Amino acid sequence: MTSKTAEAAQHTIRRVLDEKRDMPGALLPILHAIQDALGHVPPDAVADIAEALNLSRAEVHGVISYYHHFRSEPARAHVVQVCRAEACQSMGGEALWAHACGKAGNNVTLEPVYCLGLCATAPAMSIDDKPFARVGATKFDHLMAQLRAQQKEAA
Amino acid sequence: MSSIKIYVPRDSAALALGADAVAAAIATQAQQRGLNIELVRNGSRGLFWLEPLVEVETPAGRVAYGPVQPEDVAGLFDAGFHAGGAHALGLGLTDNIDYLRRQERLTFARMGITDPVSLADYQAHEGYAGLRKALQLQPGEVMQQVLDSGLRGRGGAAFPAGIKWKTVAAAQAAQKYVVCNADEGDSGTFSDRMTMEGDPFMLIEGMTIAAMATGATRGYIYVRSEYPHAIATLNEAISNATAAGFLGDSVLGSGRAFHLEVRKGAGSYVCGEETAMLESIEGKRGVVRAKPPIPALKGLFGQPTVINNVITFASVPIILARGAAFYADYGVGRSKGTLPIQLAGNIKHGGLVEKAFGVTLRELMVDYGGGTASGRPIKAVQVGGPLGAYVPEAQWDLPMDYEGWAAVGATVGHGGIVVHDDTADMAKLARYAMEFCAEESCGKCTPCRIGSTRGVEVIDRITKGENRPQQVKLLRDLCDTMVNGSLCAMGGMTPFPVLSALNHYPQDFGLSNLDRKAA
Repeated sequence: MTSKTAEAAQHTIRRVLDEKRDMPGALLPILHAIQDALGHVPPDAVADIAEALNLSRAEVHGVISYYHHFRSEPARAHVVQVCRAEACQSMGGEALWAHACGKAGNNVTLEPVYCLGLCATAPAMSIDDKPFARVGATKFDHLMAQLRAQQKEAA
Repeated sequence: MSSIKIYVPRDSAALALGADAVAAAIATQAQQRGLNIELVRNGSRGLFWLEPLVEVETPAGRVAYGPVQPEDVAGLFDAGFHAGGAHALGLGLTDNIDYLRRQERLTFARMGITDPVSLADYQAHEGYAGLRKALQLQPGEVMQQVLDSGLRGRGGAAFPAGIKWKTVAAAQAAQKYVVCNADEGDSGTFSDRMTMEGDPFMLIEGMTIAAMATGATRGYIYVRSEYPHAIATLNEAISNATAAGFLGDSVLGSGRAFHLEVRKGAGSYVCGEETAMLESIEGKRGVVRAKPPIPALKGLFGQPTVINNVITFASVPIILARGAAFYADYGVGRSKGTLPIQLAGNIKHGGLVEKAFGVTLRELMVDYGGGTASGRPIKAVQVGGPLGAYVPEAQWDLPMDYEGWAAVGATVGHGGIVVHDDTADMAKLARYAMEFCAEESCGKCTPCRIGSTRGVEVIDRITKGENRPQQVKLLRDLCDTMVNGSLCAMGGMTPFPVLSALNHYPQDFGLSNLDRKAA
């Protein structure tokens, strides 16, 4: 991290803490706001959060590491979640997961997810919170190709 | 010229099948053709094999077309679909579609019909009639209505809602809370998601009635992070309801306050357990609390708290609006009213079927569901989420009813039905149940934390054929410990899918008749 981005991140964390520290049960809303803004919860932020909420660093770290949703490292350009729960399994979800593991590409952080609530149109997945249903290998490859094309365009 | 009303759902399942692109194509085509249209983004009717399901308002009623893809749109306009014209994708009048017509939609009466965030639409369809009625009654009378309706917790535990509310109302405290458990993590369930995305005011109204009845002034809706669209829709609805005086310091000018807020979960399955959820809202790790004390007396931040699931709260407005007797008239035995059932997995016509209790699995899977999507025979069906048992064919004709099903080891749960065809490996699914428990256990109690990992190992030894009879005995023993020794349903019910798979599909575990006898 360059010092400028570190400074910007620090500023964001300050702003979030000022905004939310007085909420009842503020820790999860704070972690969500930081991750939404920065893409992850930087380990450096733990001490500041702990101080603002009058918690120990261990307590804050314990919460971050308990929940699957929070990440301490930045994700890649896109987060792809493939459902591995029962309803999707019944429609070839495990084959999709295996396929995704081989084909996701290095611009993607691939994660399992346990239910997106799209169980009548399985197998399901999401790309950066956008839902996709009835995904087979061909549709998956097509979606990944779209992501690569988007990235080239942006570059 | 009056505009033509065209409906394209905004439900996640419709979006996942391309509804946004369809809506964009309709807008573009209409503009090119100089047609004045009003595009409404409604909730889903719950006929997911037909999504994106586009509807057009005609003098005869709403006419449906589906499943529509963006490339179909020009052809639909050519066929005059905007006046209900015939087309290969045409399904006729939406209300006449058999799958919908045969349902008993009480809770889901508005689903897919209204614009989810339009208060005017909501009120034009009986919305807020329940709250207005409740505000004319004494709190005790409101709770009596809920009690008399026979409404039980739709999240799975089936505890009478009215009794819970009365406990909270009788408790003395300066601050009470109403919390909605919207951590719908069970695979095969999506009725909560549909409600939050497709008719959020119904949930808000139900929670407001609970608050008015029990004296709570603050409410939280705990929604899982996997449901970003539900969270966005709820926030928009809460803001609209607050601006219009349905929430805030004086609900509908009654002088009574109710403030409502959405809290986002963070990917922990066990936070669907009510006490773990409370911990999570309080900003802690989602670790289960020992009961007693019950949350109705010592709940959120140690205060008396009404906790119900989305569908429970959502069922309340119609009970108040039409009276307890109307609702209690549906159902069988001690299972009153209706249940929005979710048909999922390997099923041809997957979707939302709201029926009175008493419907059978066979009716649901065959008459509504049309059998498997793959066209192969149904092998197994799991009801009630990852912690529900696999129900063998011998029980498919048993009327759905909390007590009747419990007597044969089946769970109604949240009404999610996941169908598997004959390619399913039941030993693998049993192993998955233990693996999932190991991954998601909060770690507080040993039977769940350690038992689930040992469970995976024992199942592996069974399938590998390492001293099968002894290992089967060990698995049963382990399951017994988990059922009787776990703090919550996570460890306490994981054995249900495991043992039902073992009992009804022993061949998948490699068990010969001889092994079975020995075990």
